Amino acid sequence: MPIGLVENVGRRTNNVLALFGDFFIFAGLTFRWLFTVGFRAKTWKLLLPQMWDVGVKSVPVIAVTGSFIGMVMAIESYNQFKALGQEERMGSIINLSVVKQIGPVLAAVMLAGRIGCALTAELGTMNVTEQLDALRVMGADPIRYLVVPRLLACLLLTPILTIYSDLLGVLGGYFIAVRTLGVPAAPYWMFSEQAIDTWQIMEGIGKSFFFGGAIGLISCYKGFTCGAGASGVGKACTESFVTSFVAIMILNFFFAKLAQDLYVAFFGMRSLFG
Amino acid sequence: MASGALRATPSLAKRPSPLATLHTMPIISLRNLHKRFGKLVVLDGVSLDIEAGKTIVILGPSGTGKSVLLKHIVGLLRPDKGEVYFEGVRIDELPERKLDPVRQNFGFLFQMGALFDSLSNIENIAFPLVEHTKLDKTEILRIAQQKLDMVGLPDIANKLPIELSGGMRKRVALARAIAMNPKVILYDEPTTGLDPIRSDVINELILKLQRELQITSIVVTHDMNSAFKVADRMVLLFEGKVRFDGTPDEMKSSTDPVVSRFISGEASEAELAGLMRS
Repeated sequence: MPIGLVENVGRRTNNVLALFGDFFIFAGLTFRWLFTVGFRAKTWKLLLPQMWDVGVKSVPVIAVTGSFIGMVMAIESYNQFKALGQEERMGSIINLSVVKQIGPVLAAVMLAGRIGCALTAELGTMNVTEQLDALRVMGADPIRYLVVPRLLACLLLTPILTIYSDLLGVLGGYFIAVRTLGVPAAPYWMFSEQAIDTWQIMEGIGKSFFFGGAIGLISCYKGFTCGAGASGVGKACTESFVTSFVAIMILNFFFAKLAQDLYVAFFGMRSLFG
Repeated sequence: MASGALRATPSLAKRPSPLATLHTMPIISLRNLHKRFGKLVVLDGVSLDIEAGKTIVILGPSGTGKSVLLKHIVGLLRPDKGEVYFEGVRIDELPERKLDPVRQNFGFLFQMGALFDSLSNIENIAFPLVEHTKLDKTEILRIAQQKLDMVGLPDIANKLPIELSGGMRKRVALARAIAMNPKVILYDEPTTGLDPIRSDVINELILKLQRELQITSIVVTHDMNSAFKVADRMVLLFEGKVRFDGTPDEMKSSTDPVVSRFISGEASEAELAGLMRS
């Protein structure tokens, strides 16, 4: 085997490990500041504008995403359920999918695109115009001043936006299945209620908290470490979205496995067709 | 004061007693600084002592590490080898949290101003006061307005930095740099991108601050007019080392070809040879 290839693999592995190490140091510093200054009035003053940007401004995109997921699922599943004569059970599949998986994941992906890229672009521009250095020189730690309020906003508001997305997904599915396709409302809701309990809802909301944390940390980190110039900021924005997306998928897999195992351990297997 | 809040590092024990040398001790000392980025050697053993209350101008071709040197003084960059002292206390090894009180002794005028886009001009100037003092809002705004008056821009307090010209932004950035009444101001290319008249306004401001506030100034520049106007002492960095260190008059009369070419703005034959080949 050529030495150059081994050297190249070694160098790349080393770079990836260094990148992970750098990110976890950044995350560690952020959480240290979060627990030391996160609950002070000064931080909350910085938090409010971030909550406006992350939360209020995301409502339209989350509303559209959530409601259309529910509507599309109703259209796609109707014929299959009808062929089996089971269309009254549609609600269980649509609503369970929306609340447990598709709602939280798609809401998080939309937020990674809308908020994550905006955070990376904002902090990246501050980085290349030396505003982060200016903060350091003035004795204001940029992680405390910039990252902590943004991370807090992502942590607090991603679950709330996910609840909103879930609600509109459920209503969207109901509108198409019951109002448009003529599925009877009472069994639609009855089977939904049988399939979904508090655990399923909390699973979706619980993981969205971690999705929010991943989006906040990754997008701020990419902004802080972006390369010089406009191309550096652009590249950092792309990397921010792709990395957040991959992180959401990986986190979702592990949460699905963990939640499934815990549910079976505590409550036993529940069949949707029982 | 920052230096009092810091404990002396063991390396200080080898140095003469601060009390014995108080009248001669430089405010900033750089000892044998080395810095490289990848394979590129930027600083290759730079040593400088900087006296309090004087203006030192650091000159040199692009890429010779002038801005890198400034960033080492405030701990924005750490040397690969070498030491940085402020008022006799070694600061290059301090963790970020312990550096913060030291940094309050410095004002830094960045090349492009580095004003915060989302804050108004007066909020930019008030920023360090809000961060580090317990003054009430009225007093903070009064001080910030006073600093704006000092740089000759009394009427732009509530505008955003984006609404100002390049020269005005630099003056606002200078007002922010002096907000905490620092002992030292670092100027990174203060006149770059400005026309000769605006450049002269900045030069006069540097002189005014030194005259009125007895501030130590370290100016990194390419602008020879500006350099000769404000400097008490001039240092030329070349290929990562100090090539010249002396007064403006000594620089003018230097027989070193690198120094005289830099003053007159002449490219060397080697530099021109590359141009002829292409």
